[in-house]
Amino acid sequence: MTSLAEVDPKLAKPLNRRRWLRRVRGATAGRPIWRQPVTVVALSILAAWLLIALAAPLIAPYDPIAQSVDTYQGPSGAHWFGTDSLGRDVFSRVVYGARLSIPLALAIVALALLLGGLLGLVAGYVGRFLDEAVMRLTDLVFAFPQIILAMAVTAAFGPSTGNAILALVIVSWPVYARVIRSAVLTIRGEDYLNASRLLGVGPITTLRRDVLPNSVGPAIVLATLELGNAVLLLAALSFLGLGPRPPAAEWGSMVALGAQDLSMWWVSVFPGLAILTVVLAFNVLGDALRDRLDPRYMNGR
Amino acid sequence: MGALLDIDRLAVALPGPRGPLPILHDVSLTVGEGELVGIAGESGCGKSMTAQTVLGLLPPGAKTTGSARFDGRELLTLDRKGWQRVRGRGIAMVFQDPTAALHPMLTVGTQLTEHMRIHLGMNRKAAQRRAVDLLDQVRLPDPERALRAYPHQFSGGMRQRVAIAGALAAQPRLLIADEPTTALDVTVQAGILALLDRLRRDTGLAVAFITHDLGVLSALTARSYVFYAGRVVEAGPTGALLTGPRHPYTAALLGARPHGGQTGVALTPIPGSPPAPGELPPGCAFSTRCAHVRDECRTAVPPLHPAGPDRTSACVIRTELEVAA
Amino acid sequence: MTTRTTDNPGAATTAAPGPRPRLSHRHPMLAYLAKRLVITAGLLLGVTVLTFGLVQVVPGDPVTANLSDQALNDPAAVAAFRAKWGLDQPVYLQYWHYLQHLLSGDLGTSQQTGRAVVEDLLHYVPATMELAIPTMLLALLLGTGIGMLAAVRNGRLTDQLIRVGALLGLSTPPFWLSLVVLYLFFYQLGLSPSGGRLSPGFTPPDTVTGMYTVDAALSGQWELAWDAAQHLVLPVLVLTCLTVAILVRFVRSSMLEVLQHDYIKAAYAKGLPTSLVLRRHLLRAGLVPVITVSGLAFASLLSGTVLVENIFGWPGLGQYAYRSASALDLPAILGASLFVALVYTLVNLAVDLLYGLIDPRIRLQ
Repeated sequence: MTSLAEVDPKLAKPLNRRRWLRRVRGATAGRPIWRQPVTVVALSILAAWLLIALAAPLIAPYDPIAQSVDTYQGPSGAHWFGTDSLGRDVFSRVVYGARLSIPLALAIVALALLLGGLLGLVAGYVGRFLDEAVMRLTDLVFAFPQIILAMAVTAAFGPSTGNAILALVIVSWPVYARVIRSAVLTIRGEDYLNASRLLGVGPITTLRRDVLPNSVGPAIVLATLELGNAVLLLAALSFLGLGPRPPAAEWGSMVALGAQDLSMWWVSVFPGLAILTVVLAFNVLGDALRDRLDPRYMNGR
Repeated sequence: MGALLDIDRLAVALPGPRGPLPILHDVSLTVGEGELVGIAGESGCGKSMTAQTVLGLLPPGAKTTGSARFDGRELLTLDRKGWQRVRGRGIAMVFQDPTAALHPMLTVGTQLTEHMRIHLGMNRKAAQRRAVDLLDQVRLPDPERALRAYPHQFSGGMRQRVAIAGALAAQPRLLIADEPTTALDVTVQAGILALLDRLRRDTGLAVAFITHDLGVLSALTARSYVFYAGRVVEAGPTGALLTGPRHPYTAALLGARPHGGQTGVALTPIPGSPPAPGELPPGCAFSTRCAHVRDECRTAVPPLHPAGPDRTSACVIRTELEVAA
Repeated sequence: MTTRTTDNPGAATTAAPGPRPRLSHRHPMLAYLAKRLVITAGLLLGVTVLTFGLVQVVPGDPVTANLSDQALNDPAAVAAFRAKWGLDQPVYLQYWHYLQHLLSGDLGTSQQTGRAVVEDLLHYVPATMELAIPTMLLALLLGTGIGMLAAVRNGRLTDQLIRVGALLGLSTPPFWLSLVVLYLFFYQLGLSPSGGRLSPGFTPPDTVTGMYTVDAALSGQWELAWDAAQHLVLPVLVLTCLTVAILVRFVRSSMLEVLQHDYIKAAYAKGLPTSLVLRRHLLRAGLVPVITVSGLAFASLLSGTVLVENIFGWPGLGQYAYRSASALDLPAILGASLFVALVYTLVNLAVDLLYGLIDPRIRLQ
């Protein structure tokens, strides 16, 4: 599992402002992203999942953790997605799973963005030793495949929801640090920043007024792409038994439960489809955002 | 007998967000056998688009009307195989920036010989011999070693010589040179220009020379076309065109041009910038920037009309204009 | 991320000080190699600190994780366990000893298997390689072909289908896909074995490479090789889907950028047939960045094996790492993580060097 952002050649390259602008001019040939059919579908899927998460108690016909004697029932009118080995209703668990995966993914991305963004900003702005240190630290994290490091961290700290989040933040902050840093470096070289320095504007003001707004665009695209990746990684950790503890209705651990007996396909197929649809929607959205990225628009102008 | 290249009322539209975006309007242009013709105008006026049309290099979805004949054959309806026969062999092109137009990872030898072998049916040895001759012809030192080198090992001017040798490799009859000296140092420009002129005289090659620098034309070409906003606004013998322009745009271009070495002559910049395709004003496209604009200019597009011996102009003013200086 | 570690300004100066012409002037490629090696060594040292530090910080106690309840009540047994694994020493000494052993090729002994970690790795790594090698080859071939097709057909139906397919591949949880293909091809259709490396009744071939298919073929046991190959199909299929999806997207973007260049237009303008333009001009320039990303694709492949091996009961590195992680088996986690980081770092080093070899602009500087 590798995040889209990591393998994205456009984001992998040090950002070049002129290139961005050129792409923006080219991009104006298309419709705004909310008018494109694919993006509309992706947005609708995300909206639907958000609604499901919010209204889970109203939608789910059963208590997601209530066990019953009706184990391994196939999909039927009473249990749309069947029941699992403990007689729990798979549909209700998939519905409640949205309450776990989506907010957790948002939290992971928000924290990683905060941590990585801050480090990247400081590294790019201060430079010298601090820059070197932060960049070597990102190298270190990049030296491990994401899931292996995340696995080691969660296993070490003990499997729990909090530690899974911690592990995933640890493995995902460097992407933000690098992208934000190169955005800062590009902007730092530009005349208007030098001009503001000449005018005697303090570093904090410069950060807030020039650097930050210009880094927001790439960061938003990156974060959207990383949301899908966070859902996937979290599910993978749970699948390995390193995520939220049972009996929590987490999609990854539900898939793992289905692996115990292949004949009961419904136990793992439906939660897997839930993961797939959410991740796909995030990825499509992130892709569309990146294609249409307009730094001027991101500045709120 | 028609001209070698005969473009007649050509219009090109590219696909845009709100339907086709017209880029070229009603362009008519000829290049005779062995003739050196100039095409001038600001960037974005349609010069390069005309070149790309003639080589079939328009982006997918582009719509063309009118006709473009090469050696009597219609180009606009060619299929892929047909284009492959015309490109390189019939019409060759030299691009503006030789650094961008040469493949950075293929040797000069490969880039000079690959189309020779296809068009002229030469074997490797023969193609290489001819490549050495060509490099010699464009005055590149040590041609044998150059064949094994990569483009980045040459200076900009030498790269353009390599590119010209490549364009000539399959013995084309028409060479389109799209601002071949713009990306080069001024000192190198003269050498490239002299080379093109010599090649035309020695080999009978016809050259369409695209530039935004009218001064280059006067030294080189017999006839010139001036483009503005996707139209030919004035055409005629280069000398007459430059000394007595009939269109205000030509006059303005001449006024905005630095006069070599002359000091104390004020440059007169043209106010504003050329209108973007799809945002043309009604009437004459130059009316928004023209110093001689009249009311009638803003309603209808003035057609090209005869303006002296072998000359045409698309302006309602029918007298010779003075170059603003 | 393609720019990692290449921006270290300090490393170049360490290559050759003194009055003689600097090494970097005489052999740019050698200097580059030296610089990269220094960086790689530093990175690996960092990796050992990170893995070791991680285990030190953790609240989990390897004593409780590895001793039975009965032994835990016996202070002598606990002390013996601590002394045996060096857990009674200060942390920095533990790390120093670990590093010393490491340099002599000793990764310690796994608390779980009771064998040397190096021995364990020698046993588990070939199994993973048997999955990774065919996957990587297949993915590079398919990824390049499909990505290039999408770029050439940019915006048309073919391109859109490929883009959707690639996104789908990236969005599918590999562990779930493993279950789905297993359900279809094993449970429903009976076309494939359920998992493991060999069917019951077969004994593994003598170890040469540790890869059963290769070893069996080498010793002429064709039936065994065929059985081992059948076990490869489904895991390789799942891993390939994942890896191809990454590569296709990258190749497409890379080729699209190359297609914009004047030299492609110039190639067409010379009257070259499309096939030649694509094969010679486009592929050559477009593949350079693809080589860079293949290192990343490899990392994602290693990640994938952790999950896929779990489902297919494949006794590979991923399984080993997962099992030792859940058992808090210190030497084993350290060894496995270090090994993965080593492989990954070396792959990236190789990729960087290859990059230098392929692009004449870098090679001939």
